[in-house]
Amino acid sequence: MSALLERLRSFRHGVHPDDRKEATCSLAVERMPFVDELVLPLSQHLGKPSLPIVAQGQRVERGELIAEPDGFLSTALHAPASGTVAAIEPRPHPSGRRLPAVVLSVDPYSSQRLVQHGEPITEGLPAEEVVRRIQMSGLVGLGGAAFPSHVKLSVPEGKRVRFVIVNGCECEPFLTCDHRVMVENAKGVLRGLRLIMKQVGAERGYVGVESNKPDAIEALRAAIGEGEPIEVVPLKVKYPQGAEKMLIDAVLKQEVPAGRLPLDLEIVVNNAATTAVLAEVFESGTPLLERVVTVSGSGVRRPANLLVPLGTPVRAVLEHCGGLRDETRQLILGGPMMGQAQKSPDVPVLKGCSGILAFTEPATLIHEDPCIRCGRCLEACPMFLNPSRLALLSRADDAEGLRAQGIANCFECASCSFVCPSHIPLVQLMRVGKALARKSK
Amino acid sequence: MSAGSRLGLATAPFVRAGLSTRRLMGELLLATLPVVVVAARTFGLAAILLVLASSAGAVLAERLLQRGDERYGTLLDGSGLLTGVLLALTLPPSLPLWMAFLGGAVAIALGKAIWGGLGGNLFNPALVGRAFLQAAFPTALTTWQPPGGSFFSLPSGTLALPFTGAVDAVTSATPLALSKFDQQLTGLDALMLGDRAGCLGETNGLVLLLVGAFLLARRAFDWRLPFSTLLSVAAFSGLLHLWRPDSAPPPGFMLLAGGLLFGAVFMVTDPVTTPITPKGAWIFGLGVGLLVVLIRLWGGLVEGVMYAILLMNAATPLINRWTQPRVFGG
Repeated sequence: MSALLERLRSFRHGVHPDDRKEATCSLAVERMPFVDELVLPLSQHLGKPSLPIVAQGQRVERGELIAEPDGFLSTALHAPASGTVAAIEPRPHPSGRRLPAVVLSVDPYSSQRLVQHGEPITEGLPAEEVVRRIQMSGLVGLGGAAFPSHVKLSVPEGKRVRFVIVNGCECEPFLTCDHRVMVENAKGVLRGLRLIMKQVGAERGYVGVESNKPDAIEALRAAIGEGEPIEVVPLKVKYPQGAEKMLIDAVLKQEVPAGRLPLDLEIVVNNAATTAVLAEVFESGTPLLERVVTVSGSGVRRPANLLVPLGTPVRAVLEHCGGLRDETRQLILGGPMMGQAQKSPDVPVLKGCSGILAFTEPATLIHEDPCIRCGRCLEACPMFLNPSRLALLSRADDAEGLRAQGIANCFECASCSFVCPSHIPLVQLMRVGKALARKSK
Repeated sequence: MSAGSRLGLATAPFVRAGLSTRRLMGELLLATLPVVVVAARTFGLAAILLVLASSAGAVLAERLLQRGDERYGTLLDGSGLLTGVLLALTLPPSLPLWMAFLGGAVAIALGKAIWGGLGGNLFNPALVGRAFLQAAFPTALTTWQPPGGSFFSLPSGTLALPFTGAVDAVTSATPLALSKFDQQLTGLDALMLGDRAGCLGETNGLVLLLVGAFLLARRAFDWRLPFSTLLSVAAFSGLLHLWRPDSAPPPGFMLLAGGLLFGAVFMVTDPVTTPITPKGAWIFGLGVGLLVVLIRLWGGLVEGVMYAILLMNAATPLINRWTQPRVFGG
């Protein structure tokens, strides 16, 4: 009842897609068994690809390091299962390209017991060593952008952090993986939050959760200790609340200046599932080997939330869920607002893969009508841009105009395309415009 | 699992709000229906014939001027038909049908087609049609049939052949004319319930308010546009009324008389010809309201809504440029 009486916070603008989470939001996470072959692209995070340190034919144990970070904005990669390196070769990647990957032939007779390869992060370690160990755990943001976690948690000299916000919005329709992690492992999420707060020296922690996840809000609140400086903030259901800047606006009523980072406002934001994994990284040194994935949509026979070993082919995951319906016409990795269409299920589950969605209705190319300047895109854009005007500038190849109108602030949430009654491919024009504005600087 | 080859390769977003221009136009057409019904009740069969004539002119022009390319393939989206219906509702009930037909055709030809079709026009097409008719046939456009009479009795001019004879009808003065020339105020009840002379769609304030509320609830338009327009008229006429109560009518009368409510619900809400930015919408409404009051009280014309909106249409690109939104964090 108290949750009902609270005035829900939110950011300004945004859209209200039907959340469609009912198929999986109350299904407990189940473990997906190991398949025969895992494909581990060296590029599954934002930054430079990892450098392989294993050779073809080499035996590796579950949890063993198989690729090292290449520089600071890069991360490590581990064997999600015991087996043999079958090849290091280009393989189909969800981006549509063929990219170098370590192909692992899983040992069918192995117990797949986790060998201890990482070291727990104990108190009293210098901050740089903590950051290095997080980097060696291979952890990246599991919300979708796959930004290396250690970069977020390294506070530059002279900066300080006051607030840590755990991102439990999961504002994309259909996806429920973070929801389930918050319900089933609320304690882990909070342990992770406490560890981050200690690491960056923050005074207060928040968990922002949209109000369509009342069980997660309840579980998290129950896990907070008496007098702890941590607060669960229920938020109005609205897309794209999970975007870092939107979440900060919703929880703390602060606007991150254009072109700046949350750190400039002494804030760190971390995804909920990532925060739970981070607790394990700290406590037992376990690297990132698997993640929770939501499998849903009209084309899926048995929707589920699965704990999937990284590198498992999407085809195998779908088969585990009873296979695709014959009428399936659309396969998406990620959510329906920002995810990527796949032409084949023969791509692996990567660190950033939050959802596998299949639909019997293809996203048809709808006839595009002229802009009637209704202004709905302006009211949808969370960055307060004018997508209608930016689309015209993008079509006219006007790089100067695009920059002047702030195209760089667009993070391609697709809210403009979502509302446009004329079906103008606005977000696509934003993408083209962003590239153009960057290129001709 | 053989679906691989048949998977679609669109880009995100894969879900949409389900809006379309055709649906928006359909909703607006639906909203004109009660206004047409009330006009027919007030002015008889002539009202329906005028709506049909004007729409026929508009749709025919749309069909003939369609270039066949994507940008002007708008016959099916209903926007041309909507222009025809809206134009008819701004016409006097005794107008000859051929003039309404011509007005509809000109509205589309000069108001929309020459600008490149839907979305390209600077001025409200229906009001372009009306301005043309007012310039070409000033007498016919200011001849007012009194309400009442039997449903099937047509005014003498209705069926006149093109370019024949002067309009000869029983005339009556509109509330605005009565106020301007005879200092005689029509009661608010007559203004609310349609018992007065005027254009087809403007005489019943109550229906217009209800239709406006329906469209507002359906989010069919930016609420700031009609709201700021009415607020502006109320504020300016209120101030003038306080200053000179004898010559300036009270704001209640100014809001309900003439075509203001009709214009606020159906004309200033046209997205194409009004500012796209929220701040711009306020400026637009403010300007329309000020011009309406100025024209009505000091202009040579009795009514000023049409020219007020057309003038602000012309200022719209400039307003858009001035009021570009502030970027988040900027």
